[in-house]
Amino acid sequence: MELILEYQSQLLAGTLMTIKLALVSLIISVLLGLLGAWAKLSGNRVAQKTADVYTTVVRGIPDLVLIMLVFYGGQVTINAIGEMSGLWGYLEISQFIAGVGTIGVIFGAYFTETFRGAIMAIPRGQIEAGISCGMPRLLIFSHIIWPQMVRYALPGFTNNWLVQLKTTALVSVIGLQDLVYNAFTAGRSTGQLFTFMAAALFIYLILTAISDIALRALDRHYSRGVVRA
Amino acid sequence: MENFLSYIPLDISLIVENFDRFLYGVWMTLNLTVLALIVGGLLAVPMAIARASSHPIFNPIVWAYTYIFRGTPLLVQTYLIYFGLGQFEAIRQSWLWDPILSSAWWCAFIAFTLNTAAYSTELLRGAIIDTPKGEVEAAIATGHSYRSRMRRIILPSAFRRAIPAYSNEVIFMLHGSVVASTITLQDILGVGRWLNGRFYLAYEGFITAAFLYFLIVLCITWIFRWLERRYLGHLTRREITETDIEILSEGSTR
Repeated sequence: MELILEYQSQLLAGTLMTIKLALVSLIISVLLGLLGAWAKLSGNRVAQKTADVYTTVVRGIPDLVLIMLVFYGGQVTINAIGEMSGLWGYLEISQFIAGVGTIGVIFGAYFTETFRGAIMAIPRGQIEAGISCGMPRLLIFSHIIWPQMVRYALPGFTNNWLVQLKTTALVSVIGLQDLVYNAFTAGRSTGQLFTFMAAALFIYLILTAISDIALRALDRHYSRGVVRA
Repeated sequence: MENFLSYIPLDISLIVENFDRFLYGVWMTLNLTVLALIVGGLLAVPMAIARASSHPIFNPIVWAYTYIFRGTPLLVQTYLIYFGLGQFEAIRQSWLWDPILSSAWWCAFIAFTLNTAAYSTELLRGAIIDTPKGEVEAAIATGHSYRSRMRRIILPSAFRRAIPAYSNEVIFMLHGSVVASTITLQDILGVGRWLNGRFYLAYEGFITAAFLYFLIVLCITWIFRWLERRYLGHLTRREITETDIEILSEGSTR
């Protein structure tokens, strides 16, 4: 316990990095998810097929494989393109950008399915009613689709977010100094790996518990006026 | 062919030369994942029953267990077992250390099993408590005891209804098994990393690994689609075929 207090600043820095990773990648994946859901539900064949390929491929390949592919391979690719086109010089992909980008894109695929399901759960008649009242498309989205979509999507959203938060741990493998990385180095230098990995486990548990409670409160907010069976 | 291959910026010959290693990696990934799924699945059944029946002692214990394992990353769980347990002198001296707890394979297997058991427990618990009330009442009315009700009515129907969600768990477990490569095991990703390190490559190993994982996921999806048709066919919505429409429209004209 004293050892953990001694290394608390390192653990805290790692925890903050983990939170930052998770939040930034969450923003990317929610945006990609909305785009993907729109593509899948739009009548456009090309958009539909693209979104289908995106969700199938991403969900078929393990996260760490993609992270490593982007981190080690992406660097070479980007520089090769830059050299060929002469548009940019030597670029370096940091662990943070590789991690956030890849995890954002991976979970974008999961959010696509969540949002698609949520939009489809809204009774079609309500949207038609909006159209027949002469509401503009944006108004239909903000007043009819969005509030209900959030409610239908929240359980899936909560699930995705919890998985996403835990997935960020994998970025420690490519050397980003997140919670796992810092706990591991502290544990190795003190010879107390169990203590520090247990501490990391406990911090993750707190993070997921807080998310769970917060999202449940949000769920209550968006379910006002809904009678549950 | 030679000409065509030269356009691909990948060194395919290296992948082909080392393909036997990749096959070994597939074997390693599959045996770890499948064994963990089997043992974890077997552990999940009694735990799910304890959770679903709100057993006064076991329910809270199992709840705490699933909460911890579902709330933390598999990577940390695996590290805790593989790197962490060696911290204790008593464990290093015990009979468990030499054949089991000092081996990367066993540590990965234990971590994966405990992880998938936690997820499967909650999944199966959901399926059990969602059993239609009528089925349970009918079982009570025909004089089934609690045990025979569970064995003959509730569990068979819960297993069937858990199939779609369980296919996700199987794919997640396969994805999660890449953690094995971080504790020195030569699974598919481990071989990919080895290849890249050995020949100083940037993507060949990872692309081959990605491709192999993708193939395995496709197979899992097919297997579960078959299982769903076989065991869940009576619950799926039947698509209306053209003959149905003919029959329906004939019916209305009569």
